[in-house]
Amino acid sequence: MMRTAALLIISLWVAVADADTTLRIGNGGEPETLDPQRAAGVSTGNILRDLDEGLTAIGPGGDALPAAAERWEVDADGLRWIFHLRDGARWSNGDAVTADDFVAGLRRTVDPATGSGYARMLDVIANAGAVASGRLAAVQLGVEALDARTLQIRLALPAPYLPGLLSHPSTFPVHRPSLREYGRDFARPGRLVSNGAYRLVEWSVQSRVVLERNRYYWNNAETAIDTVVYYPTEDLNSELKRYRADELEISSAIPTAQAPWIRAHLGPELHVANYLGSYYYGYNLTQPPFRAAPALRRALSMAVDREIITAKLLHGIVQPAYGWIPPGVADYTPQQPDWATWPRERRLAEARRLYAESGYSPARPLQVEIRYNTQDDNKRIAVVIAAMWKQALGAEVRLVNEEWKVFLQNRRLKRVTQVFRSSWIGDYDDASAFAEILRSTHGRNDSGYVSARYDGLLDEAAREADAGRRRASLEAAERLMLDEAPILPIYYYASKHLVKPRVLGWQDNILDYHYSKDLRLAAAPGTTR
Amino acid sequence: MLAYSLRRLATAVPTLWLLVTLSFFMMRAAPGGPFDGERQLPAEIELALQAEYHLDEPLWQQYGRYLGELAQGDLGPSFQYSGFRVSELIAAGAPVSLLLGLLALLLAMLAGIALGTYAALRRGRLADRAVMLFAMLGLSVPAYVTAPLLILVFAVALGWLPAGGWGGGGPAVAVLPVLALAAPQVAAIARLTRGALIEALAAPYIRTARAKGLPERRVVLRHALRPALLPVLSYLGPAAAGLITGSVVIEQVFGIPGLGRYFVQGALNRDYTLVLGVVLFYGAIVVLFNFIVDLLYGALDPRVRLAT
Repeated sequence: MMRTAALLIISLWVAVADADTTLRIGNGGEPETLDPQRAAGVSTGNILRDLDEGLTAIGPGGDALPAAAERWEVDADGLRWIFHLRDGARWSNGDAVTADDFVAGLRRTVDPATGSGYARMLDVIANAGAVASGRLAAVQLGVEALDARTLQIRLALPAPYLPGLLSHPSTFPVHRPSLREYGRDFARPGRLVSNGAYRLVEWSVQSRVVLERNRYYWNNAETAIDTVVYYPTEDLNSELKRYRADELEISSAIPTAQAPWIRAHLGPELHVANYLGSYYYGYNLTQPPFRAAPALRRALSMAVDREIITAKLLHGIVQPAYGWIPPGVADYTPQQPDWATWPRERRLAEARRLYAESGYSPARPLQVEIRYNTQDDNKRIAVVIAAMWKQALGAEVRLVNEEWKVFLQNRRLKRVTQVFRSSWIGDYDDASAFAEILRSTHGRNDSGYVSARYDGLLDEAAREADAGRRRASLEAAERLMLDEAPILPIYYYASKHLVKPRVLGWQDNILDYHYSKDLRLAAAPGTTR
Repeated sequence: MLAYSLRRLATAVPTLWLLVTLSFFMMRAAPGGPFDGERQLPAEIELALQAEYHLDEPLWQQYGRYLGELAQGDLGPSFQYSGFRVSELIAAGAPVSLLLGLLALLLAMLAGIALGTYAALRRGRLADRAVMLFAMLGLSVPAYVTAPLLILVFAVALGWLPAGGWGGGGPAVAVLPVLALAAPQVAAIARLTRGALIEALAAPYIRTARAKGLPERRVVLRHALRPALLPVLSYLGPAAAGLITGSVVIEQVFGIPGLGRYFVQGALNRDYTLVLGVVLFYGAIVVLFNFIVDLLYGALDPRVRLAT
C-alpha cells in the first residue's frame, strides 16, 4: 500500500515536472523595488521588462520594436511624436491600458518628488529639465494623451533614439488606481498590477521573485513559458554551481576567473556579447598633477597595454578599449586615437617622449595614486597598470582601495583623487548615453573635464535632426575628447551568460535585454554537469 | 527565580539602548549616504529623497524620531528596499536565521559531545587522534571553503541535494547549509568535551565511583560527563548567538534569505534603519542566550544556583 502510494506520488511529481514550463534565472543583485519609476539596477530592469511593457521593446537583435504602441510617426523636424496604442492592451487585472497611463508614468519619472534616478534621462522631452528641477509642475511635461489610444510626445530637441529610450522601465505606464490606493507602496505582491506578459506572484526578499503569465496580456497566446523565477545571485561562484546542478536555466554572469574552465566544459552554453558599458580610469583634472597636463595624461594612457589586461587578467572575455563609446552602439562608428594602431614599441617611445615633455624623468619621477573601490578585479587591474607605468615610464604609483560609498564620495568631491577607477553603462542604445557623461555640467563628470569645444559639439548633435550630421558631431566630440584624454579607457564590458541548451530563442544584444515572453523551453531537459 | 529572571531582563534594556545609540551615530559618521551610487542623482531629486526619509532634519531630531518610533515597535522604512518596512524584513529573515542557527547548534551539540566523549574514552589511541584531526580541520577550514566544497560534491557531482536557494525547496535545502555552519562548532565542542572529560575522569570522585562498583557507563555519563559539560555550556551561549548572527557567508554562498545578508548589504548600502534593526535583533539574541546559559548553569551545577 505504502509502496503504491510512494510510486504514485513520484510519478505524479515527474509528470508535473515534465509539463512545467518554468524558467529559472540567476539575476545578480536583489531588486531594490519593482516600482518602474523608482527602480535603478540592472537586475530590477530584467524583472520589470517581464512585468511591464513600454511603448516599445527591444527586439532580439537590439532594435526598438512596437510593443504597447503598435506604430508611431514623427514630424519632419523630429520634435513631435505620435504613438498609437494597441487595441486590446490590458493590465493584469483586466483594466484597459490607456495613453493616460503612459502620461502618468512619464510625469512620475520626471517629477522630483518621485525620487527617480532617471529623471534627467528624459531631458529631451519638452519641459522635462524644468520639471525635474522643480521649476515647472509635472503636468507641464510635454506629453499628452490625445485620446485613450493616442499619445503625443513633444521634444525639446530631436532625438532619433526616442523609440529605444521608450523601452526603458522608467518610461513604463503606471496603473493609476493602484498608485492612488497604495501610494508608493503599490509595487508589492498582491497589489502590483502590470501590463506586460507576466504578473507578480511572489517576492521573497533575498530569496526569489516569481512571475506567472498575465492572461490579459494582448499577446498571451504567443507566450510559451508559464512561470519565471528570478533568484538573487550576488555570489557568482555559487550561481555557477547552481547552474551546473541544473537549478538555473540562465546565469546572470560568470566569475571571470572561471572563464577558462567554463570555455572548456560548458563552451556552447556560454554567451559572450558586446555590452553597452566601458571600464575606464579617470584623471582628476582639477588638481595637480593632471590639471592642464594633457601630454602626461596621453603618456600614461599609451603606456597601458590593454591587450595584456583583457587577455591575461580577464581571460579574453572582454575587448580592450582605446575609445570611450563601445562598439555596437546604434548608428555610430567606434573612435580611437591614432596611436591605438601603432606597434607597442612606437607607443612606448611616444609615451616616454610625452612624459619627459611634461617635466618628469628618472631623477624626478611622477608620483601618482590610483584609487579604486575594493574588489578583486579592480585590484588586479590596478596592480598591473601600476607595474606598466613603473616599467615604461618609471612612475611611482601608490594604490588606494576604498569601500564603495567612501570611494564614490571621494570621486565626486574631486579633492583627494588623482587617477580613479570608473565605469559607465549606457541606459539606451545611443552614443549620447555616453557622450553626455563628460559634458562639463554633468553630475558624473568626475574628471572635471571642461571643454567648450566638446560641449559645443554635443549641443550641435543634440540640435541636429539629420542622422548623418548628428553622428558626425558625436564622433568628432569623442575624437576631441580622446585627444585631450580626461579619461583612460581600459576595456569594453561584455554580457556573459550561461544559457542551457534547452532554452530556445535566446539572442545576444548590446543592451542585454532578454524578455522571457520571447523564450521557449525545449521539451526534453538537457543536462550538463 | 522569577525575580532574578525579571531583573536580568530589565538590565537588557539599557544595554540595548546603548547599542542602538552607538550604532546610530556610528552609521551616520560613515562617509557616503544611502542614495549615492554610480549614477549621481541630481540635487533636487536627492533633496526630495532626503525629505522623504527625514534625512534633512538635524541628527539629534532624527535620533529622537527613531527612538520614538522604536518605542512603538516601528523600526522605520528600509532605504534600500523601497516600499518595505525594516520590521517586515526582519520578520521574514529572522525565522530563517533562527532555524538555520538552531539546527546547526543542535547538530553541533549532539555530534560534538558524542565525538568528544568517544575521543576522551579512547585517549591516545587511533580513534582519538582521528577525531582530533577532524576537529582541527573543522576549526581551521573557513566556511567559504567548506560550503562550496559541500555544494560541489553533494549538489553538482552527486546531485543528491540542492546547491542553493531556500523558498519552495523542501527540507533538503537546509542540509548543506546546516552542515557547513555546524562544522566548526562540532569541532570546537568535541575538543572542549574531550579535554573536560579527560580531566573529570581523573578526579578522585570518579575513582570513588568506580571503587563503589558502579557500571562504567554510569560513571562516565552521570558522574564524569555532567561536570565536564560545564565549560561546553558556557561556550554554547556565545556559540548559539554566533550561529544565529554569524551565518553571513553561508547565507551568501547558499542564497539563503537570512538576516546576515541584510546586515552586510545594509551596512554597504548605508541602509541606516535596516542595520539598526538587525543590530538590535542581534543584540537581543546575544542577551537572551547568555541569560539562558546562566539558567542552565544553575541546573547543571548546584553550587551556582541562583543566589549569585
